[in-house]
Amino acid sequence: MFPTSSYRADGMSSKYDVLVIGGGNAALCAAISARRGGASVLVLEGAPKFYRGGNTRHTRNMRCAHDAATEILTGPYTEDEFWEDLLRVTGGQTDEVLARHMIRESKDILNWIVEQGVRWQPSLGGTLSLGRTNSFFLGGGRAMLNALYLTAERLGVDVEYDAEVTDLVIEDGMFLAARVKRPIKGETAIRATSLVAAAGGFEANIEWLKQYWGEAADNFLIRGTPYNRGSILKMLLDKGVQEVGDPTQCHAVAIDARAPKFDGGIITRHDSVVFGIVVNKHAQRFYDEGEDIWPKRYAIWGRLVAAQPDQIAYIIFDSTVVTSFMPTLFPPIAGQTVAELAGKLELDPAALEKTITEFNAAVRPGTFDHTILDDCRTEGITPQKTHWARRIETPPYLAYPVRPGITFTYLGTRVNKEARMLMADGKPSGNMFAAGEIMAGNVLGKGYAAGMGMTIGSVFGRIAGREAAKHARN
Amino acid sequence: MHGTKILDEADRLMTVCNSCRYCEGLCAVFPAMEMRRAFSDGDLNYLANLCHSCGACYVDCQFSPPHEFNVNVPKTLAVARAESYAAYAWPQALSGTFARNGLVISIIAALSMAAFIFGFAALVDHSVLFGAHTGPGAFYKLMPHNAMAAWFSAAFLYAILALVMSVRAFWRDIGAPIGGRADGGSIFQAIRDAGELRYLHGGGVGCYNEDDKPTDRRKLFHHLTFYGFLLCFAATSVATLYHYLGGREAPYPWWDLPVVLGTLGGIGLIVGPIGLFVAKSHRAPELLDEQRYGMDVGFIAMLFLTGLTGMLLLLLRETAAMGPLLALHLGVVFALFITMPYGKFVHGIYRFTALVRYAQERRSEAGA
Repeated sequence: MFPTSSYRADGMSSKYDVLVIGGGNAALCAAISARRGGASVLVLEGAPKFYRGGNTRHTRNMRCAHDAATEILTGPYTEDEFWEDLLRVTGGQTDEVLARHMIRESKDILNWIVEQGVRWQPSLGGTLSLGRTNSFFLGGGRAMLNALYLTAERLGVDVEYDAEVTDLVIEDGMFLAARVKRPIKGETAIRATSLVAAAGGFEANIEWLKQYWGEAADNFLIRGTPYNRGSILKMLLDKGVQEVGDPTQCHAVAIDARAPKFDGGIITRHDSVVFGIVVNKHAQRFYDEGEDIWPKRYAIWGRLVAAQPDQIAYIIFDSTVVTSFMPTLFPPIAGQTVAELAGKLELDPAALEKTITEFNAAVRPGTFDHTILDDCRTEGITPQKTHWARRIETPPYLAYPVRPGITFTYLGTRVNKEARMLMADGKPSGNMFAAGEIMAGNVLGKGYAAGMGMTIGSVFGRIAGREAAKHARN
Repeated sequence: MHGTKILDEADRLMTVCNSCRYCEGLCAVFPAMEMRRAFSDGDLNYLANLCHSCGACYVDCQFSPPHEFNVNVPKTLAVARAESYAAYAWPQALSGTFARNGLVISIIAALSMAAFIFGFAALVDHSVLFGAHTGPGAFYKLMPHNAMAAWFSAAFLYAILALVMSVRAFWRDIGAPIGGRADGGSIFQAIRDAGELRYLHGGGVGCYNEDDKPTDRRKLFHHLTFYGFLLCFAATSVATLYHYLGGREAPYPWWDLPVVLGTLGGIGLIVGPIGLFVAKSHRAPELLDEQRYGMDVGFIAMLFLTGLTGMLLLLLRETAAMGPLLALHLGVVFALFITMPYGKFVHGIYRFTALVRYAQERRSEAGA
């Protein structure tokens, strides 16, 4: 069932049926699916082997529709419910035809991805709310990637790392060749009958982010690798592919300010906002910390902190709530008095004391329950804390400094149901396909729901690989 | 801060891992970690001994080297585990034997073998030592049965005493927060988990040893070694019963139970350690605790020599080589016994104890 001819990637004259650019979930699903469809396949990953896979390295689950509970999923999650969730998180900024197609296809992905060597486990400790809707990768995203790479290599897919694509030759909506720079082989051209672009967004490209965010972007931390620079996306848009999604938007959460500039992953996140207050560098509160329940509250705080001076904020709480949330990578900064804590945070002690005193005075009695929108709220201060408001009064006083942590960007290439890119004039490309974050904006115009990025990657990766192989055969 | 650098590092890693938890489906270490928010020395030693070194969490970790978080759980826990053997050793005066274990074991083994050879040579005349002996009681022409039984019982009892005292210290240290004694159900669960090496499986895909492909065969070779050892032990026990209850003296014919058990066990003790040694010598340096190479290889070598000398004795027992081979075999086994509490042998005891504790914690969590 596989072609017997062997292709070599190291010559000028090399030609593959399908060239996949990128190395994450979408790229590997495309490569495997194209190879299983009978094509010769080369995967060009721009990152070194350890950092392969872009944001997939940091993922942990995938959201797939299913009609009944399974060994690892606690109950059914119908196509309609998935669609309603998508509609809600995107506020309607989605392509219904494409989205419904993706949701339908996601059902079969639950099994298909297992056939490619990926293993599931029940939802992780601390994520019970996702137990019905999301399937978790045993060992996490890197384990998932490892399984896909082993399968791809076993099937005969060629994979190259540190392979930076510097140019794409595209004529009349047809991909002809890619120029690729590699550490040892130098710069060469690689021709292929079909192209699958699965190279992610531009979240690690600070210069690009600055176009929309100005100098504030210098204070952003990037949750994934430094290799998510969006260079393929830019080439495609420059060469006439139609764009989709708001270029100015990115998914941002509040992460620990002590996290590294790149690749801190999931362990730098903070989910303790609801248990205290959040102040800016002037020790002033700026948003209702009790507005909404997880996961919505999780996703808005990156943007909120980005809008504060110097893009820094501090989650302040006291010793009574320390065990209410998951243990954190970085320990909280502690002070026996509010003034001592303020000193350590380099905030104005008088201002922080005033903010906390006023907040404490505004807290009304109620019954605390962090699993629902409870009746613990403030009265008479602005902004209010509308739920889970409790006085901060039991030393030691504790704080986490937070900054915006950028997860992904929404700008992408428009595609149709075949994952085929559409050109600026609306015509489908002859041989170019896209999958994963690079086209996520088609279905996810804004917002996010856990595990959806991986659904987009696997579903459209599989489709793109299949269609790319089909094109190569004809 | 902990008493040692490696425990500080283990604490740092468990803090990283506890804020991630992606690996919780791989083995027992991570679920046990999740039951804690802070880690005492005892907690870390417990987690270190729960780890079976399958390597999966290293290959699956997005933060393993060269990532700046430098998360290497298998290696860190391997070092912590080895240091815990010394920390709980009884008597403490002998804990230093773990440091240069390979050397210590070799010297004791050589001395022990020499003692048996020269002892035989001195106590019996040359014609007996190099003569061919057959029939019941042939072995005891070289060393009277009661003397043999007394020496080996003493060595064995000492080993048991030292191990019991060490494990007691370990159990107390890891006892918090439930504490107390082990219940039968937890012990039974731990016997099953240890017996099938449940956690040496990379979460189902297999273990890692040489590279990032789950092709490791250590589980098979460990089974051969462990069950080989048990069969040999059973052979000796059955023979002891024959001797005292049945009045039948060794050597026994090839089809008799002690010989059948011993032969099967001996094959396991030859093939298993070779496989484990080959795996050890191919192990990826990032997963290997180089400091303990001598201890690991020393133990593997002692098991291999036990199997080899036993099998040679069986094959050549009717020739003139029987005398020297018996001396060698007895020397190796004697050295194996007296060094048991101070070498790699203890890994099984501590890991089993940690598995009992884990089963207990799981039960208490399920009941809570």
